[in-house]
Amino acid sequence: MNQPTLNIENLQLGFKSHVGMSKVLHGISLNIRKGERVALVGESGSGKSVTARIILGLLQTLPTARISGVLEFEGRDLTKLSAKQRHALRGTEMSMIFQDPTSALNPVYTIAVQFTEVLRRRQPKLKKLLAFEQAAAALRQVAIDEPERVLNSYSFQLSGGMNQRVMIAMALINNPTLLIADEPGTALDVSVQAQTLDLMHKLVQEHQTSVLFISHNLGVVRDFADRVYVIYKGRIVEEGATQLLFSNPQHPYTQALMSAVPRITGGGIPNIPDVSDRYSDPAYIHPASGGEL
Amino acid sequence: MNKVILSLQNITKTFALGAHEVRAIDDVSLDIHRGECLAIVGESGSGKSTLANMILGIFEPTSGEILFNNSVLPAVRDLPLRRAIQLVQQNPLSSLNPRRKIAASLRLALDVHSIGDKNERQQKIGELLEEVGLTAEQQNRFPSALSGGQRQRVAIARALACQSELLVLDEPTSALDVLVQARVLNLLNELRAKRQLTYIFITHDLSVVRNIADRVAVFRHGKLVELNKVEKIFSSPDHAYTRGLIAAIPVVTQDEVLLRDSLGNDGSTGNHNLLGNKEETR
Repeated sequence: MNQPTLNIENLQLGFKSHVGMSKVLHGISLNIRKGERVALVGESGSGKSVTARIILGLLQTLPTARISGVLEFEGRDLTKLSAKQRHALRGTEMSMIFQDPTSALNPVYTIAVQFTEVLRRRQPKLKKLLAFEQAAAALRQVAIDEPERVLNSYSFQLSGGMNQRVMIAMALINNPTLLIADEPGTALDVSVQAQTLDLMHKLVQEHQTSVLFISHNLGVVRDFADRVYVIYKGRIVEEGATQLLFSNPQHPYTQALMSAVPRITGGGIPNIPDVSDRYSDPAYIHPASGGEL
Repeated sequence: MNKVILSLQNITKTFALGAHEVRAIDDVSLDIHRGECLAIVGESGSGKSTLANMILGIFEPTSGEILFNNSVLPAVRDLPLRRAIQLVQQNPLSSLNPRRKIAASLRLALDVHSIGDKNERQQKIGELLEEVGLTAEQQNRFPSALSGGQRQRVAIARALACQSELLVLDEPTSALDVLVQARVLNLLNELRAKRQLTYIFITHDLSVVRNIADRVAVFRHGKLVELNKVEKIFSSPDHAYTRGLIAAIPVVTQDEVLLRDSLGNDGSTGNHNLLGNKEETR
């Protein structure tokens, strides 16, 4: 099938408050093909995480949120699903990895209990022992050598890197079509982050999982993604294949963002304005990337 | 004026953890030169923050001495000593009191150190804000009404309020967006030149270190594994661990990839082996 795993067109989001409407997303269009790793890069407050939450169907339940636009997941119209149907998608067809693994895992249950819960979303009648075995196998895939010990531990007994690997294993265990990773390495040490992302990269490639990778870290995005969307203040400002976009950024905002990243080759810290009218220039779409589906 | 502003001599710090003893800092000796920016890098648990806390006088070393301007720092420091060494923390949202207006946060520093009279203090607050690139009008706001970068500027202003000589910067920009980070780093550079400050810059972000530090001290498990000029660290690091750290930096240009790979590959210990060992020893 040629349809994209995820297709978003002109997605708008506003929050209604007593002073009126505050618009957060001003019409975002984005698509992810099967097995493709797509990054959404932007600064805090640009609308990255709310986009992820809309895809998961978490913001739709918020009474103050006003959402419009096309949201299609494997050809299904997500906006037409009931809350129950959306719930059924989460953890099975779509899953998510959060920034801080230690707070994403429940500290009062062992890892094994949480794994069983996730597995039973797909296989409701799964026996406990069998779930334990499947979870152990999944943990071995993320290079955890003693899965039994980890499964019997609580999240606070494990290191951050270990917890994040548990999260990755958990997110992929039901073989989702789409994985949303929201700043998955930010809370980790650089070296652990590199290792974790390597692992994630390998696994999603094996399983042909489509990934929406949300990050503010351009370096991490360059290593991980096939294609990049740059978002600024609720608008996509640039889109293109990773290589192309990094070697030849076209939009003033992307250019500013790139030059602000300190280089390990030195050269000092450039003085770049953090606000400029030019950052709101129309979006630049690199050729030979977006159009063909 | 002497060259060494702060000297750590055989510092060890152990914490009792039940029956065990954890050696957070293990026999570290290090001189910090006046006017330099010394970066302290290492992963979480390497002892960076413990070291900072000892320099600030929050903990006392278990053994060893810290000399400031050639005299040993006493266990209880008097006001002039506390004034001289100041801290900027990672997250200004938690280091600034949310119920205090910016002016009040800054005034507190001036009050504690009895700097000037009432009118002078008010004037000083305006000057400080201007110095860090804020407007005098912003002093009447609460931290919640400022952006992350502006809040960090307030935290820097507060650390400078009492004519400090040495600033301990504990991950001062890691909570900030990259464009804002660049501006705050530039501000720190300007202030250092203008006020002849000495910085101890604690971070895990080596790309920032490359562009702001003069020398780099690499810590691992409480030990100082390498201390060198920044150019040396990024061209031919002595220690395999440093190479491993550099090899893990996410970079954005092809030139950096080449540099990173050339450093990462010439060690006998590959990055992943190194990390594997580290996870096991935890």
